[in-house]
Amino acid sequence: MSRVHDMGGRFGDGPIDPAPEPVFKQDWHARALALTLAAGAMGKWNIDTSRHARVCLSPADYARFSYYEKWLAGLADLLVATGVVTEDELQSGSGAVSALSEKKLPADRVAEVLARGGPSTRPSNVAPVFKPGDWVRTRKPARNICVDGGHTRLPAYLAGVEGKVVLYHGTHVLPDMAAHGLGESPEPLYTVAFDATEVWGAAERDGDEVLADLWQSYLEPA
Amino acid sequence: MPHDSHDHPHSLLPSDPALRVKALETLLTDKGLIDPAALDEIIDTYENKVGPQNGARVVARMWTDPAFRSAMLDDPMPKLIEMGLYGRQGEHMVIVENTEDTHNMVVCTLCSCYPWPLLGIPPGWYKSDAYRARAVREPRKVLAEFGVTLDEGVKVRVWDSTAEVRYLVVPRRPVGTEGMSEDELAGLVTRDSMIGCGLAREPGA
Repeated sequence: MSRVHDMGGRFGDGPIDPAPEPVFKQDWHARALALTLAAGAMGKWNIDTSRHARVCLSPADYARFSYYEKWLAGLADLLVATGVVTEDELQSGSGAVSALSEKKLPADRVAEVLARGGPSTRPSNVAPVFKPGDWVRTRKPARNICVDGGHTRLPAYLAGVEGKVVLYHGTHVLPDMAAHGLGESPEPLYTVAFDATEVWGAAERDGDEVLADLWQSYLEPA
Repeated sequence: MPHDSHDHPHSLLPSDPALRVKALETLLTDKGLIDPAALDEIIDTYENKVGPQNGARVVARMWTDPAFRSAMLDDPMPKLIEMGLYGRQGEHMVIVENTEDTHNMVVCTLCSCYPWPLLGIPPGWYKSDAYRARAVREPRKVLAEFGVTLDEGVKVRVWDSTAEVRYLVVPRRPVGTEGMSEDELAGLVTRDSMIGCGLAREPGA
């Protein structure tokens, strides 16, 4: 059911190295980030499509690629999927001027575009059925119910667990639809708190909690 | 949209990552889709302008100004907009405060969601498989690797950023900082403490 990126709770990873490092360890890391943001500004895809492109990498590629290599691979795949670049152009490294070039992000608009952001709240006719304090259970299995193997933001480790709604965030674009060009389908978004013992069977300490931001259609009353 | 296949277009790019970026940048520049000067501008923004110093200002002000603190815990967006701290990856902020009995920690198990306008680009460890996999299951062991040991009585809340909400942790204000100015206090607020993987620095430490 799950994809390789859905790794919350996984065993076998080693220790974390918190040693300080520069913002960009290599020049090409900076370039890869900037290229991805600038290409995104053309408006040919949304944040959910670009996340889905990265998590659609094969498990072998996802595991061997460093962080910015995943971004680059996702970007190349998206450019081809949206018809912005052809496979021949990708292979040859050159291509003719695109009709989309009027959408190019110029240097003098960078500050404005980054500061404007891209809020995911939208008006919606889906009314909230839960409120803080309510008990809910997450859907099981964690899957996209509209697209087989499709994008979802319900992590596998939180599937089928009971928790308590602690925050309501208004209505947000639903990634399960937006990642596939099926519209934004905004619906209520909540933060749900789960007891760590319920999630893992045994917690490091009784009473610890894991919280996640979950859309209404991921939840049912408990 | 990309889908599952064994011949992803990305495999057509050069195998060396630095050359791969160069090839894509050159192609998109030739096609008139990218302005290389815009890339320089984006890099300069996150290398020099937007970083944890922004979050530290917010925390220091929350430590010293009770009305501001209460407004930020209620809904930080109006004040963040006022302070010029709104932007990409910080559109829907929630601020959580560490207390005597609760320690908050932030992760994104599914990718690496992070509050860019307040903390900048996430550090390598935040994006690592090890942090993403382990923070939700064994936060105390992870904290120990950062040199942080919590009292047994303190409850840990790990916030997994699965949507577009972004979290900032307010670390506890160190003792012995009563007379310090907001600027001096901001100097004690580390990036890791605002992710919940560290504590604020002790004065003079």
